[in-house]
Amino acid sequence: MTKLPQTFPRQSNLFDKYTNSEIRRAAQTGIYDIRGGGSKRRLPHFDDLLFLGASISRYPLEGYRESCNTKVTIGDKNAENPLHLDIPITIAGMSFGALSGRAKEALGRGATIAGTSTTTGDGGMTKEERGHSNKLIYQLLPSRYGMNPDDLRKADAIEIVVGQGAKPGGGGMLLGQKISDRVAEMRTLPKGIDQRSPCRHPDWTGPDDMEIKILELREITSWKVPILVKVAAARPFYDIALAVKSGADAIVIDGMQGGTAATQEVFIEHVGIPTLACIKPAVEALQELGVHKKVQLIVSGGIRNGADVAKAMALGADAVSIGTAALIALGDNDPKFEKDYQKLGTTAGAYDDWHEGNDPAGITTQNPKLMKRLNPVEGGRRLANFLKVMTMEAQTIARACGKNDLRNLEPEDLCALTVEAAAMSGVPLAGTSWIPGD
Amino acid sequence: MTVLDLKSLSLRHVNSALQNASSETSWVLENPMGKHAVAAGLRESLKVDIKGSVGYYCGGMNKNADVVVHGSVGPGVAENMMSGSIYVKGNASQYAGASAHGGTLVIEGNSSSRCGISMKGIDIIVQGNVGHMSAFMAQAGNLVVCGNAGEALGDSIYEANIYILGEVKSLGADCIEKQMTEKHKKLLTKLLAIAKIKNLSSKDFRRYGSARSLYNFKIDNTY
Repeated sequence: MTKLPQTFPRQSNLFDKYTNSEIRRAAQTGIYDIRGGGSKRRLPHFDDLLFLGASISRYPLEGYRESCNTKVTIGDKNAENPLHLDIPITIAGMSFGALSGRAKEALGRGATIAGTSTTTGDGGMTKEERGHSNKLIYQLLPSRYGMNPDDLRKADAIEIVVGQGAKPGGGGMLLGQKISDRVAEMRTLPKGIDQRSPCRHPDWTGPDDMEIKILELREITSWKVPILVKVAAARPFYDIALAVKSGADAIVIDGMQGGTAATQEVFIEHVGIPTLACIKPAVEALQELGVHKKVQLIVSGGIRNGADVAKAMALGADAVSIGTAALIALGDNDPKFEKDYQKLGTTAGAYDDWHEGNDPAGITTQNPKLMKRLNPVEGGRRLANFLKVMTMEAQTIARACGKNDLRNLEPEDLCALTVEAAAMSGVPLAGTSWIPGD
Repeated sequence: MTVLDLKSLSLRHVNSALQNASSETSWVLENPMGKHAVAAGLRESLKVDIKGSVGYYCGGMNKNADVVVHGSVGPGVAENMMSGSIYVKGNASQYAGASAHGGTLVIEGNSSSRCGISMKGIDIIVQGNVGHMSAFMAQAGNLVVCGNAGEALGDSIYEANIYILGEVKSLGADCIEKQMTEKHKKLLTKLLAIAKIKNLSSKDFRRYGSARSLYNFKIDNTY
């Protein structure tokens, strides 16, 4: 019998292996998938932008000899003591609870060596973190876990968290495995319960209320420290305008690539907009109100290297914030733990079940045995090195663009590789003067 | 006794004087005229009499001070209070005692919606009624209501206790009526005495708390 020619087995792009595995998982369990981290899908991002550099029409600076300022001041509008940072890269809020005390200490150590700030998170302020962070931003979250006026006055800045890029409109989640005695005590909750942080603040509902809340916080802290407002990238133009109206000294905007300790996969991947898409409208809101560079804009969500820092700043940010990248610098998802990752049914680089508390790298855990795997001194040094490299990379780009200050980078220094990135970021498609929608 | 007039002095001046009070322990604030954040962030053991009504966040994050408001209060009175007391002679707006960790809040009149939201150890005694969603996600402490409670009382409550004398329009998710034991009656008697309520008996109240059925998600993420 003659064998007829057959087509090659064709996998569906629509029902790909991951999609099918999720359908099978859901069918088996009847529950949605929870994980940590930010969006993993391919999104328009800073990689879709390029710097033009200098040539005949632009004059570059000498790469190693000519200075390029990296210092930035956050919140000098109302506060007696604004936040002076040596580099425009801050460490984003990550809670004690989600992270171990040692991991928080490592973040504080690294940030301090690098001359920047770290940020508390949804679990109050720990001694480790305050003790090892020269500059510490204290978050005021809807849950108010561990919130107290003494810690508030120990902070170098206050950040009112309205939303988080991984889950705009959602609250936090910390599952029972990670609610140790210490975490439970700090949060005033029974040990071992699956804890849900509320998605709304308990004592205000809109921008008019928030304005009064900011007044109260200033009164309690004697107008000494800046008050930041963090919003998720959802409707950036209006959200930023309302945050300014409420009296924020600086605004953090977190794109959908921004990580979380735990939430539903469907939330992470399907709610909110990419970081690249939120900067232009945010800057336009600040410009329209005449406060661009006066009310500082800090961009977070998927910042991985000095190029991302420079691109965010060129689009109009005053600084950026890193979370996931900082954890990777500490050792998260390091292939040296591959055997352990495989035991958990995953692989280095893909591990995201941070909520289960079994982190082989000892970072996103409260398990005393695993926690010991992270040396906070060594972790701090690694983070400091990473921050240093990011800063030098951003300076390299800035000098190539003829800028003696990272803050002088501008959209004119950029072009876009794709039509989508051009439309979202408001810079022209490479080789053209075309900005879609302009 | 030191008298400060909010009509002529700035809020910053008044709060700063109270926050940094060292020797003077008795203060009177005149003409509050609905101002916000009055007596916020106090830390010393002071007695503060506010002669009139105030706006948002009166006594916010209070520690140690005993504040009496001779009028009504706006939203968020005693928010995040740590210790001390706030006594309101009039009514309270929304979120009274929100997220407060300790101390005592007494409201002689009614308290609006979300009274005791997210409370973390405070004792709140309301002589009148409370509005909807009161004790939402309440974590610890006691909410005593001598009148009625609105819809969705104690929604998603954790370990706080609610004592109601009057009617409850509806209970929120995971909130159930619980047995009023001798221990609870004794505690309630004490709380009523603190609020200087003499004509009510703890045995007439009903107690509500968490069914604890929402404490653990039934999930497994190892797939």
